[in-house]
Amino acid sequence: MNKKSKFNVRDFLFQNKVVFMFLVLCVGATIASKQPLTFVIPELFTRIARNSFIVLSLIIPVIAGMGLNFGIVIGAMAAQVAIFLTTYWGMTGFGGFAATVALSTPIAVFFGFLVGKLFNYMKGNEMIGGLVLGYFAEGLYQLLFLFIFGGVIKMNNPDLMISTGAGVKNTIDLKDTVKYALDTVPMLTIVEVGFYAVILGLVCSAAFKMAKKQEVDWKSVAIKAAAAAVIYGLTFIKPVERFLSADRLLLLSAVELGCLVTVLWQVFQFAKWKVQSSKADEDASPEPFNMHKAIAYGALAAVVYGLTYVPTLYNVLIAVRLPVMTYLCIGGLCCFNNILMKTRLGQNMRTVGQSRTVANAAGINVDKTRIIAMIFSTVLACWGQLIFLQNVGTLSTYGAHTQVGQFAIAALLVGGASVQNATNKQALLGIVLFHTLFIVSPLAGKELFGDPAIGEYFRVFVSYGVIAMSLAMHAWKKAAKPKEETDGERTAEAA
Amino acid sequence: MEKAKETYVLKMDNIAKEYYGNRVLKGVNLHIRPGEIHALMGENGAGKSTLMNILFGMPVIHTTGGYEGTIEVNGKPVNIDTPLKAMELGIGMVHQEFMLIPGFSVTENIKVGREKTVANLVSRLFGPSMESLDFKAMRKDAKKALKTIGLQIEEYVKVAGLPVGYMQFIEIARELDKTGIQILVFDEPTAVLTESEAERLLEAMRVISSQGIAIIFITHRLDEVMAVADSMTILRDGEFVARKEIKDTDVVEIAELMIGRKMEKLVDRDEEDNRTIDESQIAVSMRNYKVNMPGEQVKGIDLDIRKGEIFGIGGLAGQGKLGIPNGIMGLYKTEGQVKINGAELNLNKLGDALDHKVAFVSEDRRGVGLLLDESIEQNIIFSAMQTNGKFLKKVAWMSLYDAAAGKSHAEEMVKTLDIRCTGIRQPAGALSGGNQQKVCLARALTLEPDILFVSEPTRGIDIGAKKLVLEYLAKLNKEQGMTVIIVSSELMELRSVADRIGIVSDGKLACILKPDDSDADFGLAMSGAWKGGRKDA
Repeated sequence: MNKKSKFNVRDFLFQNKVVFMFLVLCVGATIASKQPLTFVIPELFTRIARNSFIVLSLIIPVIAGMGLNFGIVIGAMAAQVAIFLTTYWGMTGFGGFAATVALSTPIAVFFGFLVGKLFNYMKGNEMIGGLVLGYFAEGLYQLLFLFIFGGVIKMNNPDLMISTGAGVKNTIDLKDTVKYALDTVPMLTIVEVGFYAVILGLVCSAAFKMAKKQEVDWKSVAIKAAAAAVIYGLTFIKPVERFLSADRLLLLSAVELGCLVTVLWQVFQFAKWKVQSSKADEDASPEPFNMHKAIAYGALAAVVYGLTYVPTLYNVLIAVRLPVMTYLCIGGLCCFNNILMKTRLGQNMRTVGQSRTVANAAGINVDKTRIIAMIFSTVLACWGQLIFLQNVGTLSTYGAHTQVGQFAIAALLVGGASVQNATNKQALLGIVLFHTLFIVSPLAGKELFGDPAIGEYFRVFVSYGVIAMSLAMHAWKKAAKPKEETDGERTAEAA
Repeated sequence: MEKAKETYVLKMDNIAKEYYGNRVLKGVNLHIRPGEIHALMGENGAGKSTLMNILFGMPVIHTTGGYEGTIEVNGKPVNIDTPLKAMELGIGMVHQEFMLIPGFSVTENIKVGREKTVANLVSRLFGPSMESLDFKAMRKDAKKALKTIGLQIEEYVKVAGLPVGYMQFIEIARELDKTGIQILVFDEPTAVLTESEAERLLEAMRVISSQGIAIIFITHRLDEVMAVADSMTILRDGEFVARKEIKDTDVVEIAELMIGRKMEKLVDRDEEDNRTIDESQIAVSMRNYKVNMPGEQVKGIDLDIRKGEIFGIGGLAGQGKLGIPNGIMGLYKTEGQVKINGAELNLNKLGDALDHKVAFVSEDRRGVGLLLDESIEQNIIFSAMQTNGKFLKKVAWMSLYDAAAGKSHAEEMVKTLDIRCTGIRQPAGALSGGNQQKVCLARALTLEPDILFVSEPTRGIDIGAKKLVLEYLAKLNKEQGMTVIIVSSELMELRSVADRIGIVSDGKLACILKPDDSDADFGLAMSGAWKGGRKDA
């Protein structure tokens, strides 16, 4: 990867073979399904909004060397317990959703802690452990929902409970409670809350520094506050206000905004570099400004903007309406994953993931780091499941969580990730490819063979196949390694 | 100890340690002055690693019942129970296997576990582990540490792919970067380096010690000790032998101190020797023989082993002695020419040696030697069944296992070798080490070899069993005229049974010695003082 000098197309293709294979499959299946893009793309964006968060929750354990976390099922269960309870208590709307998040988080933290504890006893076998743990938790989950709810704890709600009184119904309708609770947060509210959050953050930060008698850079605080105020001020302009008062964002507008921001960002970087180099001192040489890169970005933005005028694309772009808050959450999680890796904790996770021996020798508490990674992953998976449920709008009490682990992991792997290495980009790419296949393969099956089930079989075969392949390759690599390091070629018979 | 008033940065007194009833350290003292290079010497198993594990408070020590004795750092008694504590006391270590992460940059490796951070809002709420990394400051530190040891390398490159010599220096840089480092342990640092790299390393050690940091230098190479060390401590079999100033001693004395032990013959060979060993009858002949066995590389050996003799191959661990038999059996990639009784061996074909009537008892009894869950009978029989087609009977077109023949042979073997077991159906894994070794031997003998390689025949078995195994080897040699080649780390056992002993050092044959040559000769040969030099009959 770090050999920049020679870009070898064949190596590049080989290294990303899974991605390319799925790309070909997706394109082929889309064409075979004979569905217009105006159907496939909006459907795809809905699924991206639903599933990205939970797939992204898999990244931290991979970095911490714990492999693909099949244990996220347990996070999903925590989410479902919470959402059932808040529904039972009759909480609705965004408030209800927030309450669900608040209720589910401690449960998920606790579960994550337990899973992490367990995984520390089975280092190297976390994946099979997580898989089996999921089945084990399933049993407890059913005990809770079929017996304890209603049987032990009296619950009186004919809509939610089975008519005998003990046990929760198979499906719970969330339409009147938290459906679209997150998706429909208006942009205006987001900006407003964002403004107050920034101000609060700045004040707290300054207060902390003053309390510890550290120097406070009032100038930068003021600039940041002013910037936040200006952006907030913009929302009082009528057209902007009207634009922002919607809760969904047209994909067309999103693309246009994206292009604009890209160009503005490059200009800002350029200006910053100019200012810095004008008063450059030897000690802190500014990051060199890459003019070629900036121009390339500018050109790319222009091309993308130009493409929006192509009629087919235009039709697609105006057909998609993005739930803004949900996408912001996904973007936020991507940032979180990145920023976490730039903290001490993140660096410890990376070290533990690369070599537990080295981490131990460097005085890092390996077990604790792994438990924290597990807690993060479980909590994020729990939130991801909540996002999924509020978008789908029904809770299939005994089925919603069962496939969560497998599908999320398959999506991650399809994006080119492996057991030891996963990035945000791979996760997002994987979701796009995996869910495109999800959407089009039954339709393609119907077109090609007259039976949608065939496409469905194919998709199931492919998604489990990719998991199996990835695990096999991991095991193979692991088996190949000790041969180089230790002196035993165990297979050879010697007498 | 010489001068009572001398100040020591580290004083370890009367250190004793037991692993499961096995005393590996018996009252060892280690005294280090500030800023000196102190060599810690001893054969494999002398207790050097255990001593260092104690110094570092490694978990392996404290999960097995701790240690006895006292440790003083800067005159204050301390109790080191975790590696972290050792680090806080300013004790660092440059490991033999590199403790580096290939996927990290040089900076990240140097600062691992001690990253520089700056506080942010989140960290103020959730604690210091959320502080963001300050890459700029980290790079600066890394540069400084690299400069101290004079390594010209960009601090942002990834460690993966760097030459081995560089990795060693990065390890050193990491230790130097630790604040308040007082004692730095180098665990056989030159073992993996080329000569020029080793030269640079020794230079760097001098630089470090001149800054007041004491160095504990663990090595087998006498020439390096003479070149850089100020003083030394010698251990032998877990016992403290001596602490010497280098200027008061010489190579021969050190070698004697390292090896010297009460020479009790393990095997009586008083009976007259009526074997006839003919100089022209060569059983095994090696020419420019190289084996690429990881950790035990053979780098070009010329050796003739005469028919009917017992030849010992000795040397320290990691020098390549184990590579010799493993290479001949085709277990590792091998180059050069090997002739068995004059016929050339196809070296990289697994099993060709077996076809030439060469058998091998592996040093890795539990891994390679035995099928632990299978019965003693199966273990004795299966090689012969596979290679010689013995113990098989034809039934129609199938070859089936001839149970009767196998059983009687196994029972006979159990009797002759005195394998203590409940019966030939007992799984091999349930036997004691000595009896397992006998099963391995029985299997090798079932092949009816002309030449028998036995690798570490007495590793991990008690003294009684040791004696029995060695005596049996001697008997085989005497009665059947079998050429026996024993590869062993235990010089004593080689000197009790072998006719000649070849000492391997750094993958080459240092010399061939007689069992009754002096301790100093053996010591010098093993410490690489005669690299591929001096040869005698």
